[in-house]
Order: sequence, then C-alpha cells, then structure tokens
Amino acid sequence: MDILEYSAVELSAAIREGKVTATDAVEAVLARIDAREKDINAYVTVDREQALRAAASVQEKIEKGELTGPLAGVPVAVKDNMCTEGMLTTCSSKILENFVPTFTSEAVVNLERAGAVIIGKTNMDEFAMGSTTETSAYGVTRNPWNTAHVPGGSSGGSAAAVAAGECFFALGSDTGGSIRQPASFCGVVGLKPTYGTVSRYGLIAYGSSLDQIGPLTKNVTDCAAVLELIASHDTKDSTSVRREDTDFTSALVDDVRGMKIGIPRDYLGDGLDAEVKEAVLAAAKVLEEKGAVVEEFDLSLVEYAIPAYYTIAAAEASSNLERFDGVKYGYRTSSYEGLHNMYKKTRSEGFGAEVKRRIMLGSFVLSSGYYDAYYLKALKVKAMIKKAFDDAFARYDLILGPVAPTTAPRLGESLSDPLKMYLGDIYTISVNLAGLPGISVPCGKDTKGLPIGLQMIADSFQEKKLIQAAYTYEKTKRGCGKWQSNMRQ
Amino acid sequence: MANVITDETIEYVGILAKLELSDEEKEQAKKDMGRMLDYIDKLAELDTAGIEPMSHVFPVQNVFREDVVTNGDESEKTLRNAPGEKDNMFVVPKTFE
Repeated sequence: MDILEYSAVELSAAIREGKVTATDAVEAVLARIDAREKDINAYVTVDREQALRAAASVQEKIEKGELTGPLAGVPVAVKDNMCTEGMLTTCSSKILENFVPTFTSEAVVNLERAGAVIIGKTNMDEFAMGSTTETSAYGVTRNPWNTAHVPGGSSGGSAAAVAAGECFFALGSDTGGSIRQPASFCGVVGLKPTYGTVSRYGLIAYGSSLDQIGPLTKNVTDCAAVLELIASHDTKDSTSVRREDTDFTSALVDDVRGMKIGIPRDYLGDGLDAEVKEAVLAAAKVLEEKGAVVEEFDLSLVEYAIPAYYTIAAAEASSNLERFDGVKYGYRTSSYEGLHNMYKKTRSEGFGAEVKRRIMLGSFVLSSGYYDAYYLKALKVKAMIKKAFDDAFARYDLILGPVAPTTAPRLGESLSDPLKMYLGDIYTISVNLAGLPGISVPCGKDTKGLPIGLQMIADSFQEKKLIQAAYTYEKTKRGCGKWQSNMRQ
Repeated sequence: MANVITDETIEYVGILAKLELSDEEKEQAKKDMGRMLDYIDKLAELDTAGIEPMSHVFPVQNVFREDVVTNGDESEKTLRNAPGEKDNMFVVPKTFE
C-alpha cells in the first residue's frame, strides 16, 4: 500500500506496528511535494533537513515506547501565520519576508510534543485576509482538483497540501471561514473550534476576537484526533478557556438517531449555486435517513453578519498590524527620512493591497466621530446575531447548511471586486462572530468535478455533536472520494 | 446614503494607519472605502437601542498573574531578527534633534 493513502491516524498506527517508519512517511511526503509543488504551490517553506531529523528522533521514541499517541510520527503542515522557532514565518507577506521566530506557537508545541513532524509552512492570503489564497506575496496556491481554480482561503495552502497528499494533515486558522471554506473547496475536512479552545499564543493576530486555530484533515477521525491534541488551556492566551471535555475522539460514533438538525432557510436563498444546494440538501436527507430529525427554520439577521464582521475584523486588524513598523523584525524600507517616514514607507512597501484596504477601513471605523456609528454599532449587531444563534440552539442540536455559495472560483476571478468576494463568506462568518464551532465535510462534487462542502454548526463547546454527525455522514461514503482515487497523477 | 470619501479623509486615515499612498492608490482607496461604508450602512437598518455592545462572546475577566520572569535572556536571539542592530540594541533613525 502506498504510504500516502493512509489517513493520519492509520499512518501512526502503522508506524507503531512497525510496518513503516516515520522517516518513510516524511520521505513519501517530500517526494510528493517534489512531484506536485510546481503546480500547486501549497508551501511557502519546506524544511527537509529539520523534518528528517525530527522523524528519526520520533521514530526512536516510538520504538522505545516513549511516544504512543495517535499522531506520533505523522507529517503535518502548519499555516504560515503560526510562529515556529527557527523556521521562517511570513504570514505570506513581504513585511515578514525574513522573520524567524524565537518561539513556537502553543498549538504547534502540542503537536510536536505528541510526535507529529513539521514538514513546513503553508501559503495563505496575506495576514489571512482573503478567501482565495491569491493575496499571498509568494504566489497563488492552486486547487489540486483543478489547477485553474483557487483552493479557497485564507488557509488555502493547508487545504491544498492535505488534498494533494503533500502532508497527512494541516493546521489552519479561521477568522471568518478560513478553515471551513478552503476545506470545502479542496474536498477535505476542516473544523473551527469554539473560541478559546485552542490557544492563540504564537498565532499572528488578524482579528483577535474571531481567530481560532483548527485542523484540516483527510477524514473526520483524523479531525477529532488532531483537535484533541491541540485543544489546551494556556495561561499565555488570556482568552483561553479551561475545558474538561476535550476527549473529542469519544464522539466518533456512527449514530444520529434523535439528533435535531435545523437548516436555516436564509442559507438556501438567492446567490446559492443550484448544485451546491442540491448536494447539501441531499446530505441532510442522508442524516435524516440515519435517524436525525431535520427541519427548516428562519435564523434571521444573516445579511447583517457580513457588514458587522468586516467592521470588527478590519478594526481589530488595524490595531493588530500596527506592530509591523520595520524596527524590531521583518522588512525595513531601504531609504527614508526620519522615523515616521520609515514607518510609513516600510508599511506601504511591505503590505499588499488587500491588507492596506482593511487597515484603512479599520482605522476609519475606529476614528473619533465614527467609532459609535460603525464600530460600536457592529458590536451591538454581533450581540443580536449571538442571540439569534442562542434561540436556534434552544431548539436544535446542530445547524446545517452550505459552507460557501459556490464551488472554487477560477483563479483571477475574485480579487477585482472585493465586496463581491466578501459576500462569499456569508455562511461562515456569523459562526466567528458568535464564537461557535463549525465543521466542513465533503458532500459531493459539481459537474465541473469540484468538491462541495457541507457545513454543520453547533452551540459553544458542542464540538462532539459536530464530530458525531460528521462521522455518521462520512460512514455513508457520500463525500467526494478520497484524494488518491481522484488525483493520482 | 452614498458615502463620499474626501481627499482630507484619506489623508487623515493615512496618518492613522501609517500608510503612504500614491495618488493612484488614494483614488482607489476613496472608491473602495466609500463602497464598503455604503454596504456597512446596512447595519443602520437594525434598531440596536438598549443592546449592549458585545466585545467578547463569553463573560471572560481579565487574567492576572504574578510578574515573574519565566523565560531567560533571549536578547541575542531576538536581535537576530532586527533590521538594524548595534551594541545589543535596535538601531532606529534619529527621532529628535
């Protein structure tokens, strides 16, 4: 059997059983990277020597019985906005073109401690601002299912790497859909946990009140195993939540009998592609046949989520990105007159167009005279949206709908009209505003052969319901097929 | 309500955001920001009287800890990332005469 056909959990089991070694796995992934990267460009950095060294060390510990976990020896790709000590971390921006962190983000530390092997850092929209991975300063990433299309974003490199077999699983971050939407476009599983579940320590901030790190995986079992490892209470992140119920793999149960699932009518209206709608409703039918109680309902306020989100995210981004000034690390402009001119030139040359657009909007909505009308108003709407979800979860265990209105657009189609691109986030962003967990699971392909994702949303801290329903659905084998049967080339 | 972003507003936002825009970028920024604000104005349709602004979804409190150093001296490692460095310090342009 080709090593790459294993899921992450299967691979680790095979290593523990002595069928393959961690070094074999890294070598297989590196060979796959050599074969596919020129077309895909999923990675900003691949660190071969470090990965091979880590694999040898992990293999030894597995043989000695010191590492026994379900992901020991498994090659992982990390989104390039998570700090990794000694490994370039760019956020896909020119302004961090030479930034080598002196510490590692907590989520990655948790993976390393469990024996996962870091292969490299994946491409993304610059500072996670975008939905296509086209705003990267290091070139676009292409969708492995069809390289004329985008992989989605902002965690497009992570999703593409998993889909193309260039790693066994990946970490992404989700501020407005940036894990779930690329997972949907690339036919993999992606989960955004409840806010506060995974430490944000070492995650380069975009919208701090919305950002969460989460897994992108080949299947739901891997997703639960990765989430179980990266979820931890961390005193270095003041928004970290202490949870006792992080045994997520216990929810890998093939049963949805009696589970109440609501489909918001507001998610099925204008703008939703007919093929996506059909696939999502067919998936709901499957869960119904498995014993879930499925009905449509009105969630309300859906159209207000995007303006509220872009106000809050831009405001937080303008504040978070103030730190990039060319003094302590990163890019500094070559010629300048005085300190302020250096700041301005460094930032103007170092940031791309989309990042500047959001920093300016954020500075404006926070400025004196506009703060109440825009920023504070958005925070009030956020409270209303959270209330609408609270009401829904008083009646339903899960909310089900599409991840995105369409499948992956063609490269170059999205950036010319930013507002139109923002509208593509309509089904994912309210989840971030309300701090809820959401999962994207493959549920079919369109006539162009591009994957379609099914989104399920649960109340805060109810990831287990998501995992159980997603696992039950996956068991019926109605996804979009495994990468190996579709993409071997 | 169409938002018209003036040259003065763009200049002011440029100062707040510490960005220096070319004339072409300024024209584009005026258009982009006006369009975004027109869209954000949709929020005004909602009556939010009496609703508390929600900055955080959970009732979290600030987290305090003792002010104890837990990491060692990392100045050498940190300075390795500096665009300009001299005598264990960051080099910056002259800030006052």
